[in-house]
Amino acid sequence: MKKVFQLVDLDCANCARKMEEAIARLDGVEQVSVNFLTQKMTLTADDARFDSILKQAVKACKKVEPDCEIILK
Amino acid sequence: MSRKQKKMLVRILISAALWIACYFPIPQPGSLVLYLISYAVIGWDVLWKAIRNILRGQVFDENFLMALATVGAMGSGEFGEGVAVMLFYQTGELFQSYAVGRSRKSIAELMDIRPDYANLEKDEGALEQVSPEEVQIGQTIVVKPGERVPLDGVILSGESSLDTKALSGESMPRSVLPGDDVVSGCVNLTGLLRVQVTRPFGESTVNKILELVENSSSKKARAENFISKFARYYTPAVVIAAVLMCVMAPLLGGDFSEWFHRALTFLVISCPCALVISIPLSFFGGIGGASKCGILVKGGNYLEALADVDRVVFDKTGTLTRGVFNVTAIHPDEISESRLLEIAAVAESYSDHPIARSLREAYGVPIDASRLSGLKELSGRGLSGLVDGQAVLVGNDRLMEENGIHWHPCHHVGTTVHVALEGRYVGHIVISDEIKPDAVQAISRLKAMGIRKTVMLTGDAKATGEDVAKRLGLDEVYTQLLPADKVNRVEALLSEGVGRGKLAFVGDGINDAPVLSRSDIGIAMGGMGSDAAIEAADVVLMDDQPSKIATAIAIARKTRRIVYENIVFALGVKAVVLILGAMGMASMWAAVFADVGVSFIAILNATRALKVPQTK
Repeated sequence: MKKVFQLVDLDCANCARKMEEAIARLDGVEQVSVNFLTQKMTLTADDARFDSILKQAVKACKKVEPDCEIILK
Repeated sequence: MSRKQKKMLVRILISAALWIACYFPIPQPGSLVLYLISYAVIGWDVLWKAIRNILRGQVFDENFLMALATVGAMGSGEFGEGVAVMLFYQTGELFQSYAVGRSRKSIAELMDIRPDYANLEKDEGALEQVSPEEVQIGQTIVVKPGERVPLDGVILSGESSLDTKALSGESMPRSVLPGDDVVSGCVNLTGLLRVQVTRPFGESTVNKILELVENSSSKKARAENFISKFARYYTPAVVIAAVLMCVMAPLLGGDFSEWFHRALTFLVISCPCALVISIPLSFFGGIGGASKCGILVKGGNYLEALADVDRVVFDKTGTLTRGVFNVTAIHPDEISESRLLEIAAVAESYSDHPIARSLREAYGVPIDASRLSGLKELSGRGLSGLVDGQAVLVGNDRLMEENGIHWHPCHHVGTTVHVALEGRYVGHIVISDEIKPDAVQAISRLKAMGIRKTVMLTGDAKATGEDVAKRLGLDEVYTQLLPADKVNRVEALLSEGVGRGKLAFVGDGINDAPVLSRSDIGIAMGGMGSDAAIEAADVVLMDDQPSKIATAIAIARKTRRIVYENIVFALGVKAVVLILGAMGMASMWAAVFADVGVSFIAILNATRALKVPQTK
């Protein structure tokens, strides 16, 4: 499943890169891109575990940049 | 400027004022207090983030490194420098976020084609504003003048002209009549249109384009991957170097405070931000600029590859020619041109063949079909009948031969239709596929750009194909090819590659999908919404103009040049400052410039990619 999320207060490009790397390492993530320019995250991951993977992704982002928030719809 | 940026500006001004005040003779500890206040005003958030992030184990966090460098400077008694570096850093960050915000906005404006609502027509004729997603196939929507067409559909009633600029870059409005297709994303300029929706929003042209451009940043160019990899090792490497300098130099007899200061300078340059922002921004800008001209590039990697194209292979029909048959020559014997066309058009008034249609179109006057009687269709030859009571034969050479009519061939290339009236030859009409108006320019521009080879592939007869190739000035032409032959041809051409040179194939995407995907870069004529083309290709030309290929390559080359400039500039300045810093010749000021100053300049340079280069 592929989903796009809006990011708020993603202020630094290097943080976006670090987030992308951290999320890509999570188990079950097929592809992820954190786009600093569009302030969007595109996550492709295992259908069955998508919600739990997403939770871990949010955690990983928080670790890199606590101010940045992922809008979950 | 956003609220956040304004707040920052105020902090910078207050802090700068305090910092300047410190240069006036103020008795101690007055100036020390002023420095500390000035530092607190400008740097509290950096310090706070540094503490928070280090507790989370983020050692190479830029806030932490910046805080360490400035606190370290102040710790060694350099208060003025510590404050100034933080001040300069925050100012640079502000500039940077402002510049990124600006270019992000201008790219977003290019992409501002998303329709917000649709006026859905209810049973009673009342209108209701709904979100485009809610409208279903077959429902009727109303598009008022000045509104954006929200969904793809067919016009039921109303006449208008449409601004297709956002989709195709074409500035001439297109006039539409009932029965015409309308494409979502266009702006209705003059009349009220009632449109029957033919595709749900998810499959509409506008949604496809938006998805494509948004996803384009996930297909990364080689240069982008290089930067990501570089960034991963750069910060740790610089920080480790700083630590080593600080520890090793005093052991070898160096002065600790001197080397400590040099190490702090290193920490300030340790963020790879300039590259991490500016390289993707350049590609994003290039893709944005291209889409403004109706060229959709599906990813940074394709834009990068386009810059290396040195061979362009064209499909003929629908790419270099319009794929529509037209009367291109009328050669009457004994009678007038219009009379010849009239006879042929009336005789063909019942036929549905493309040739018959083009004859009627060229005649242009509504035909009274009762003028035609005794019609006989002779398959593979043409037809015979009576027009206004006179015996008429319309067809090919064979039809003329069989009826013992003395005909003569035509020097024009195309399909020749002979006409005989009352057993006498009265002339012929030539019908052929028209070359697109910009096709000649398309080839000459490519050649002027240094494209090594232009090739045309076609399933058409030898004479027709070679004639078109000659008129356009193509280097090579291969005719009478079946779809499978085209793949083989392209394979052969691919193997002729030299160095990094890439091969681009340009087709209309209808039956050349295998070739589009086999070539290095597949360019499709999008035909304003043909799914097959958008799906199969790497680059889509929305307005079907082959001359846009040269524009696309020019944009790609410009983008690549900007990317190289930024890589060389940013790495160069950082390397120089690192070396000077290690030798004790660069101040922390220079280091801050190498960090945020370089980022700012690289971002400004990257925004140039948005502007489409002019080519002749």
